[in-house]
Amino acid sequence: MSIISLIIKREFISKVRNKSFVVMTFLSPLLFVAVTVFISYLSSMKADTKRIAIHDASGVFVHELVAQNHKDGEYKYVDLSLIDVLYLKDSIANQSYEGLLLIPDEGDATTFENKIQFIANTSPSISFIENVQDVIGKKITQLNLQKAHLDTLAIRNAQSHVVLNLAKISGEETVKGLNEIKIFIGGAFGYLVMMFIIMYGNMVMRSVIEEKTNRIIEIIISSVKPFHLMIGKIVGTSLAGILQFLIWSILGLSIITFASYFLGVNVGPTARISPEMMSQGQNEFVSTVQMYILEIWNLPIASILLGFIVYFVGGYFLYSSFYAAIGAAVDNQTDSQQFLLPIIMPLVLSVYIGFFSVVNDPNGTIAVVFSMIPLTSPIVMLMRIPFGVPLWQIAISVTILFGTFFGVVWFAAKIYRVGILMYGKKPSWKELYRWLKYTG
Amino acid sequence: MNNLLEVNKVVKQYGDYTALNEVSLNVPKGSIYGLLGPNGAGKTSLIRIINQITLPDSGEIILDGEKLQPKHIQHIGYLPEERGLYQSMKVGEQCLYLAQLKGLSKTEAKKQLEYWFDRLEIQGWWNKKIQELSKGMAQKIQFVVCVLHQPKLLILDEPFSGFDPVNANIIKDEILALKQKGTTILFSTHRMESVEELCDEIALIHQSNKLIEGKLNDVKRQFRTNSYEVGILTSDVEGLMFAITQKFTVSPAHFKSLNNELKLEINIGDATPNELLNLLVYKGQVTHFVEKIPSVNDIFIQTVSK
Repeated sequence: MSIISLIIKREFISKVRNKSFVVMTFLSPLLFVAVTVFISYLSSMKADTKRIAIHDASGVFVHELVAQNHKDGEYKYVDLSLIDVLYLKDSIANQSYEGLLLIPDEGDATTFENKIQFIANTSPSISFIENVQDVIGKKITQLNLQKAHLDTLAIRNAQSHVVLNLAKISGEETVKGLNEIKIFIGGAFGYLVMMFIIMYGNMVMRSVIEEKTNRIIEIIISSVKPFHLMIGKIVGTSLAGILQFLIWSILGLSIITFASYFLGVNVGPTARISPEMMSQGQNEFVSTVQMYILEIWNLPIASILLGFIVYFVGGYFLYSSFYAAIGAAVDNQTDSQQFLLPIIMPLVLSVYIGFFSVVNDPNGTIAVVFSMIPLTSPIVMLMRIPFGVPLWQIAISVTILFGTFFGVVWFAAKIYRVGILMYGKKPSWKELYRWLKYTG
Repeated sequence: MNNLLEVNKVVKQYGDYTALNEVSLNVPKGSIYGLLGPNGAGKTSLIRIINQITLPDSGEIILDGEKLQPKHIQHIGYLPEERGLYQSMKVGEQCLYLAQLKGLSKTEAKKQLEYWFDRLEIQGWWNKKIQELSKGMAQKIQFVVCVLHQPKLLILDEPFSGFDPVNANIIKDEILALKQKGTTILFSTHRMESVEELCDEIALIHQSNKLIEGKLNDVKRQFRTNSYEVGILTSDVEGLMFAITQKFTVSPAHFKSLNNELKLEINIGDATPNELLNLLVYKGQVTHFVEKIPSVNDIFIQTVSK
C-alpha cells in the first residue's frame, strides 16, 4: 500500500470514528426534520380570533365586511353601528375588541377613500389592513361603476387572467411554482457546500495543529514528505465529508420517495400525479405537498447530487489547502483567526451572490462570472444548477476550480513544510511570504 | 566501508543565520556516536538533514556507501527530542501505522510489534489510547516506534529525558542490545554521564561548527592534564609539601575515602608518574593514586567556553 493511501486511510478512519461525526451525521437530519415540522406546525396553528368592531354610519360597507367572517377565521367583524361612537371608543378595549373600524356618514360613499378610520391600541397586521382596504376599495369601485351606469357584470366578464406556461427548449414542461423549489434546493445545496467547506476545512486545520502541538509531526515527517502528509490529510478528510453527504442524500431521497408513494406521486423521470389521486377530494395542503414533491422529482437530481460532490470536493480541496497552511503556521486555534477571515469572506460573498443575483437571474452576467471564479464557483454554480446550466459552463468552471487548486496547493505546501517545524511564535503575513521562498 | 554515515561539509542557512557551517562527521558502523553541543549549536538542524526533513544548502550525506536518497528513510529510525503521538489513537493501531509509513508490510510490522511488546512487557497496552498512558509509558511506545523497522541507523535525540531511572535503564539496555546486533546509533544529548557510559565516539558542535571529533578515549587523551589525585598518610606534612612543591604544582583535591589522609591534586607536567610516586612513597603511606581523567562534561565546558 502506498504511503499516501495509508495516510488517507488513517485520516478518514480517525474522522469517521470521531463521536461528533457520528452524532452530526445521524442527528442533524433528524434535527432538520424536527425543525421543519415544528415550523410548519407553528405556521399552521390558528391564531385566536380577533374581534373587530364596526361602526358604519353609512351602512354601505358593513355587509361586505361581515361577509368576510367565514373566509378565514382570524378576524371576526361585528356590526355595532347602532351603538354610539363615543361610547364605542371608550369601551372597545374593555370589551376585548381588537379595534374599531369607523366609517362616517357624509353622503356619497364614493368619496370615503380617505375618510375611514381604524382605532386600536396595537398596530394591526399588514394583511388585515390590506384586506379591509381591498374590501372597501372594491365596494367603492363598484359604486363608481354604477354611478357611471356601466354594467358591472359585463366588465367583470371582460377581465382576463393570463398564466404563462414555462417550458425548456429540450421540450420538458416545467410547472409554475417550480422556481420556488429551485431556489430552495439551489440555496440549500449552496449553503451546504459552504458549511461543508468551513466544517471540513476546519477539521483539516485542527488536525494539522494537533500534529504540531503533539510533536508527532517530527516522527511522521521523518518517514513521509510533508507534501504527501498534507495531501493525504486533505483527501482523507474529504472522503469523510463525502460519506456524510451520501448518508444524508440517501436519507433525504428515501424520505421523498416514501412521501411520494404515500401521496400517490409516480416516481421517476415521467413523474406526475396519478389521476385517481387528483380526482379524490383532498385538502389543499396535500395537493401542495404533492406538487412540490413532483417538482423535486422533475429537478435534475442526478446533476445536483453529482454537482454537489464535484464542487464540494473542488471547493473543499482549494479551501482546505489554505486551512492546512494556516494550521501549519500557527501553534493554536486562537492564533488562526487573523488568517481565517480572508478565507471566510469569499464564502460568505458567494452565498450572498447566490441569494441575490442567482435567484434574480440564474444566467445573468454576475451569476455566470462568479460561477467561474474558483473561490466562489462552488457555491454560486451549485445554486445555478437547478435552473439548468449549459454543460460547457460547468466544464470551464470545474477546470478553473481544479486548476487553481493545483496552484494553491503548491503554495500551501511550501508554507506547510516550513510551518510545521516552527514553534512558539505567531507568524505575520510577511513571515509567511518569506517561507514561500525557503528552499529545501 | 567502515563508516555507516558520512557527513561531508554540510552547510545549512536560514536566512542570514548559519545553522551548520561546513560540518563533517564520520560515524563508524556499529558504534554509538555521541553528538554533543549546547542548545542552538546546530544538532537538530543536522539531524533533520540526515532524516531528509530538510535539505542541506551544500555538502552531501553518505549512508552506507550511497548518497542519501528517499529510499533510505526505511533504514533510519528517529526518536526526536520533542516527541508525541496521536492522543486519541490506540497504541497498537498507531504503531502499525507508523511502521507502515516506514515501509514495513502490515504482517511484518505486527510481528515486530509483538516481539517488542513482549520484550518490554507492555502487551496489555495494545488497545489503550495514548491519552490513557502516562508520559513514561508513552515514551516507551515512542522508542518501540523508532526501532520497529530494524533501522541500520538509529538517531536518538535526548532519549532519556522524561524517563524515570528504572525505565531509563531499560532503554539503555535496549540501546546496548541494538548495538550488539550491529545497529549504528547517533546519540544526541546534554546528559554527559550517559555519554561516558554509552558512547564509543563523540563529536562536539558549537556555534554551527564542529570543534571536536573522535573516539571517546582519544578525545580524553587529547584533553588530559597530567594531573594525579593523591591520598597520603604522613606525619610530616610540611616536609612532604615542601618536597612536592619543589617539582610539581599542587592544589587540594576532593575524593571519597575511608581514611583521614591528605588529599592533593598534583600536576606532574613532563615528569613521569613514577617520579611522583617515588617521592610520595618516601614520605608516607600512599592510599590513593589516580590519574585525573577529564570527564566529557569537563571537555564540553572547556571547549564551549573557550
